[in-house]
Amino acid sequence: MDRFVDLTLNGAANGAVYAALALSLVIIYQATRVVNFAQPALALIAVYIAYSVSGLTGRYWLGFAAALLAGLLMGALTERLLIRSVHDRSPLSAVIVTLGLLLVLQGAAGMIWTNEPHSFPYPMDFRGRFSASDAFALVSVGTAAALVFALYRFTPLGLRMRAAAHRPEAARVAGVRVGLMLTTGWALASAIGALAAMLAVPPFVSPNVLDAVFVYGITAAVVGGLDNPFGALAGGVLVGLGLSYVSGYAGPELAPLACLAILVAVLSARPAGLFAAPSARKV
Amino acid sequence: MSPRTPVLAIGLTLALLATACGGAGEVEEGRTADLDVATGVTDDTVRIGTHQPLTGPAAPGYAQISAGAKAVFEYVNENGGVNGRRIEYLVEDDGYDPVRTIDVTRELVASDEIFAMLGGLGTPTHSKVVDYLNKEGVPDLFVSSGALMWNAPEKSPLTYGYQVDYTKEAKIQGEFIADEFPDEKIGFFYQNDDVGEDSRAGLERYLGDEIVEEQRYESGVTEIGPQIAALKKAGADVVVCACIPTYVALAIVESERIGYRPQFVVSSIGADTETLKGLLTEFTDGAGEDAVEELLDGLIATAYLPQVGMAEDPWIGLYRKIHEDHNKDGAFTNTTVYGMVQATLFAQVLKEAGRDLTRQSLLDALESREWAGPGLVPFAASKDDHGGFAGAMVTRFHAGGEPETLREPKVTDREGGAISGFELERPDPGETEFFDGG
Amino acid sequence: MASPAPRPAADEVRPPAGPPAPVGTRARWSTVPLVVRHLVLAAGALAAVLLLIAATDTVNTMRIAAVGYSVLAIAGLQVLIGASGQVSLGHGAFMFIGAYTVALLVIRLPMLPLWVNLLITVAVSAAAGVVVGGATARLHGPYLAGATLALAVGLPSLAVRFPELLGGGNGLAFTTRGAPPALAATVSTAQWQAAAVWFTVLLALTVLATVSRGRLGRRMRAVRDDPLAAAAAGIPVGRTKVAAFVLSACCGGLAGACQGYLLGTATPSSFTLALSLSLLAALVFGGMGSLWGALWGGAALVYLEVWAEDAAHALSLGTSVTNNLPIVLFGLILIVVVLLRPDGVHGAVRDAAGAVRRAR
Repeated sequence: MDRFVDLTLNGAANGAVYAALALSLVIIYQATRVVNFAQPALALIAVYIAYSVSGLTGRYWLGFAAALLAGLLMGALTERLLIRSVHDRSPLSAVIVTLGLLLVLQGAAGMIWTNEPHSFPYPMDFRGRFSASDAFALVSVGTAAALVFALYRFTPLGLRMRAAAHRPEAARVAGVRVGLMLTTGWALASAIGALAAMLAVPPFVSPNVLDAVFVYGITAAVVGGLDNPFGALAGGVLVGLGLSYVSGYAGPELAPLACLAILVAVLSARPAGLFAAPSARKV
Repeated sequence: MSPRTPVLAIGLTLALLATACGGAGEVEEGRTADLDVATGVTDDTVRIGTHQPLTGPAAPGYAQISAGAKAVFEYVNENGGVNGRRIEYLVEDDGYDPVRTIDVTRELVASDEIFAMLGGLGTPTHSKVVDYLNKEGVPDLFVSSGALMWNAPEKSPLTYGYQVDYTKEAKIQGEFIADEFPDEKIGFFYQNDDVGEDSRAGLERYLGDEIVEEQRYESGVTEIGPQIAALKKAGADVVVCACIPTYVALAIVESERIGYRPQFVVSSIGADTETLKGLLTEFTDGAGEDAVEELLDGLIATAYLPQVGMAEDPWIGLYRKIHEDHNKDGAFTNTTVYGMVQATLFAQVLKEAGRDLTRQSLLDALESREWAGPGLVPFAASKDDHGGFAGAMVTRFHAGGEPETLREPKVTDREGGAISGFELERPDPGETEFFDGG
Repeated sequence: MASPAPRPAADEVRPPAGPPAPVGTRARWSTVPLVVRHLVLAAGALAAVLLLIAATDTVNTMRIAAVGYSVLAIAGLQVLIGASGQVSLGHGAFMFIGAYTVALLVIRLPMLPLWVNLLITVAVSAAAGVVVGGATARLHGPYLAGATLALAVGLPSLAVRFPELLGGGNGLAFTTRGAPPALAATVSTAQWQAAAVWFTVLLALTVLATVSRGRLGRRMRAVRDDPLAAAAAGIPVGRTKVAAFVLSACCGGLAGACQGYLLGTATPSSFTLALSLSLLAALVFGGMGSLWGALWGGAALVYLEVWAEDAAHALSLGTSVTNNLPIVLFGLILIVVVLLRPDGVHGAVRDAAGAVRRAR
């Protein structure tokens, strides 16, 4: 029973991270219909910037802020400089561009900060069965999700962003600056990705540290349904708990297989994820 | 294209079309390669190569090995080389992927025409090129892995091990624990591959029911909370850790998190205290160097090489100087020293082989005598034993001080043999011939 | 990543075609049955490869063979993505299956000849294709991508789970026969193996090209362009998708088998997500529209890394920079090619050839 509680707490904290990453993927997918493979690399650079800033100033939270800001900027730049030029092509082009960017950024991180792992702190005290850090992860991801939801649902900016994503022509006619809205979406998503990475990376940062987390993040996004931010949250928690139970009870080497099993189980019942919009096209 | 080429092509096609009926797995014994050659050797250079993971998920930590070796070779070359020859050391990145290991090894052997392979790293990787290197007659020296398979003189006569194998090391740990912690409960935390498996074989020679819990980790999965919680729940007072440094550090952080303070006993592969200190700087109570040392205080580890912390050791003194002159970008850690000793040993053997150098003469020199040098234990490289370092000592890390020797270096075998002392005159760098000098 | 947008008809999967022949011969050539035409082309290609192998050194022989199995894997992916519109991010999983099948057969049943091993591999891969294709037939776009990605990441952990059978993290190592004794003096093992790999690859490509041009190919393209219309026209959409998956899985499995045979190893750490994503990248890099694209993609997959590595070594930069330069170069080339040439290298080559022809 004790073990079950341990695994649950563990899974929930990890789930929050997967959820945040899934959320960032979902926002970008909603905006531009692209699965952003460069997300872990953008987040990685953000974390390394936090590492440098914290190292120079000695203040963790300054680094934290720098990471979110860097995420915001890099997301906007990626959309503006790369994604926009392939926007009118097959979605596969955009995927390949993000793959290329992933390699470039991971390599660049290794060049600048070396491939050696560095010690990287938790946001708050990490001690305890359910530590202040774990709580911070849950709260910050929950807050981010609520803000995104509120933004989309209740603000004019959110309305314009949704319009730009779903009905670009109509939005343009209505005077919405579609390009700017898409850039905003990417910036927002990358900032959330940076948040996810700040939570996921500790205790060590190295260029490939987010690879596995990213796979779980994608899984969470797909499980939840790519069209639904709440789906991303639910998917994240589901994947986090599922992986924790499987590694705890059956063995850590089975975590990737568990990921596959969860996906198959969910998608065979609901081909467009748990929270699919009812209008999802069925083929 | 030679005039024979078209004929060859047609011949090949015909042979392919007449489908070979023999079993794909039925392999005849190949010819043995001619070793009386000096491939890769010129009047003033000798070219050697290695494959190392420099990029990718398995890279963290390992790049220091080749950096250390390279620094020593630069030092040797600056001091006149060996027998009038400079050592050219080619490092190829294989990303810890056997497919790339095979490619870069072939490139080293066939295109770069290396004289010997030195310290190819990793069990999954190097095991895929051992047969090739032996077939091609390339001396395959000092493999960077503690797997047992490198010591197979019958099957792989040209392959020689380097680091103490996991089983020997675990036997020494096991005996030590049985003697020093007779009434304690023992936990075993291991990497889920031959590291863990071979280590268990050694531990079990000395520990039975005392082992109350075994937990494994999968390299690449950094989530180890549940495993450490299970060790705590089982009440293990001593935890043997057959892990690489990152996972030792993870285990320490995770134990700290749940308020679990077992006595860790760490294998040499993970007991790189400088690296551990670097990884743990953010997880201390106080700030600064002292606080990290406090976190590691009391850590018990096995070692067969001089440790960075042994300030008085003459070899460490030399290596620190070489490091400062030739490897300024990197950190000076036990992993760096691992590569440095590897390079020193190779240069020693090369020196011994003399000016008239062939692959055979290199191997003859290697097997010609007992090697004494930087290592703390005897180095096995004879006709029947390619095992490399044959034992280890047990040390305890002390915050702010030198490591304390808990057990003098001892040697053993990987079967049921006893653990025993030995006679070894460990020479100073000044008494060791590994470069021409002047 | 919704299903790829419909492409112009000129974009359909075409077999490698030789240089244009004079009109009279061309007319006669087109009356020859498709299979025969493809076989003739394949035989020509095999001869060319064998000449190349005979003329080059061991390292390049191995790399040419690696190009061979990469081409096959990419061509399989092309059938799936280019022709049927299903995006798989997990094709490395089928290579994993192929490599382990061959490894187990060689180790457990050493008496079986290579071609039997390869046939068994095809059967096993086909079965895997039916399972995966069947399970994912209802998924579209990114959901399929996510599921296949999880497959690529999850499957190799089986090897770690069953170390007795599959060798754990260290994988399996084995040796296969080289050239028959009569030829052993003139043909090296590497040459023999490279020839065997390309023989297999070209045979498989012939089948692939023929099928793509036949009824199944037409159905796949109809399903890709508009599944609803295809269904209305009486095409069994689900079955067609599964068939495409099976075809593609067979190519992936066979490619993995060739890799295993060539390198004598099957190790989980070779079948990473990076491999699957590289295959996809190489496909787009080479050009989605034609089997020629798979050739360029395969060559790029093998040689770009080698060249980048050499370039990095040639420049004397800091260690961290040198180590990471190949990855950065690879990524940059990928981005630049996709930005400048959406139709990949094949498109660029086709345009260049067209320009030359017009100039004449």
